[in-house]
Amino acid sequence: MDKLVIEGVSKAFDGRAVLKDINLTVRPGELVCLLGVSGGGKTTLFNIIAGLLKPDTGRVLIDGQDVTGRPGQVSYMMQKDLLLPFRTIEDNVALPLLLKGMNRQEARRRAGELFGEFGLAGTEKQYPAQLSGGMRQRAAFLRTWLFSQNVALLDEPFSALDPLTRRSVHRWYLDVMDRIHLTTCFITHDVDEAVLLSDRVCLLTGHPGSITHELTIAQPRPRPEDFNLSVEFLEYKRKILSIINGEKQAVK
Amino acid sequence: MKAALPALCAVALLLIFWELVCLSGLVPAYMLPSPVQVVQAMVNDRALLWEHATITLKEAAIGLVVGVVIGVAFAALMDSFEVLYKAVYPILVMTQTIPSVAIAPLLVLWFGYEMTPKIILVVLATFFPVTVGVLEGFRSADKDAIALLRSMGAGKWKIFRYLKAPSALPQFFSGLRIAAAYSVVGAVISEWLGGFGGLGVYMTRVKKAFAFDKMFAVIFLISALSLLLMRLVDVGERVCMPYRFLNTSSQKGRNDK
Repeated sequence: MDKLVIEGVSKAFDGRAVLKDINLTVRPGELVCLLGVSGGGKTTLFNIIAGLLKPDTGRVLIDGQDVTGRPGQVSYMMQKDLLLPFRTIEDNVALPLLLKGMNRQEARRRAGELFGEFGLAGTEKQYPAQLSGGMRQRAAFLRTWLFSQNVALLDEPFSALDPLTRRSVHRWYLDVMDRIHLTTCFITHDVDEAVLLSDRVCLLTGHPGSITHELTIAQPRPRPEDFNLSVEFLEYKRKILSIINGEKQAVK
Repeated sequence: MKAALPALCAVALLLIFWELVCLSGLVPAYMLPSPVQVVQAMVNDRALLWEHATITLKEAAIGLVVGVVIGVAFAALMDSFEVLYKAVYPILVMTQTIPSVAIAPLLVLWFGYEMTPKIILVVLATFFPVTVGVLEGFRSADKDAIALLRSMGAGKWKIFRYLKAPSALPQFFSGLRIAAAYSVVGAVISEWLGGFGGLGVYMTRVKKAFAFDKMFAVIFLISALSLLLMRLVDVGERVCMPYRFLNTSSQKGRNDK
């Protein structure tokens, strides 16, 4: 059965249409990327999938269940890491467990077990302000993971990182992903990142936004270290860029 | 300590200047006592001053605690119910436009010369800065963080407990610092306008006796008590919000200034 299905979702704010008839189906364990220019409605779509916004039309299904407008069904990592400055890293990361009603001791213990795996060992008692951007991002990943709904939405999870850190966090993320078998949708406007990481790239274009093209990246994961230098990679990139440029021409 | 050095020097210079003016004989001693005379008066009258100070401190402390509880409760209610905010907030603002010297005698008429009217006046003076601060604090909670908690299935109460309440701590302490200063002054004014004990009563008595040195002594004492209370608030702030006082590399630039 399909893990996540989005059926005919449309949304307008104050009469201005933002999303128009979005249809998307994601299989279990798949890593799907939403690619598009800023302000194209990608985050709005995520907010709808996460149940924070109600779509004007259409539905969101997870495991065949209608979850439209019901928060708490997916793990959602937003653009900013949103670590709470007044909680230590372990208490930040354990927050989803506390919200589910687990007691503090148990929540800390459960979270603590994963600090090593997520490269956060030794940061338990520190505050977010004491961590580098890359470490904060890892903590945000761990918090998202501990919410442990098996669908994850990641809104530009790597954009706040500098290019070098981003590269190592990519590698680390794919590594963790393969081990924890998560169904993931993520947003980016970096074409390289989209091709490098995803099984399928969906292009969200136009005003109002709709998914105009889908591109399957056939290269199986884990991908070779130099995949981003291969001919196939460049071919995918060329294809995507030509679509985006075509759209821009059409607008002009 | 190093940061307080310029302020300490300025105060010391001011006191020396004052002492010199008095020594020079420009102003008659019975009108403006010198700092040394003030300290002497304070030492001589220390038993009586202490007795009155405990009364004032008790009124201020009880009033402050009640005022803070009421202030936080008002803020929480007004944050939760927009209607309440629109209805009650203007009234709260109005209570602050009434001069306390005008209500204090009324409170005495209604509640007698004992502690009750003093405590009520302190409550009236202290709840407002707390309410305003905490309300603003609740509203300063990161909108995206609220959305994040909602996406994790948190309801109103959990968002309040885990996000809004701790987000309001800095503003709470700002409000509390002002309220602490008001509490002592409020108690003194209230005593001044009718009572059996407290530094305000002591003040009216030494004023009638034209004991200017004692007058200054009690003024100094009131200032010191207010400063002490504010200092306690600072300590509480550091204990409750250790994350605000971290020495991190990213904040270094700010701290160096």
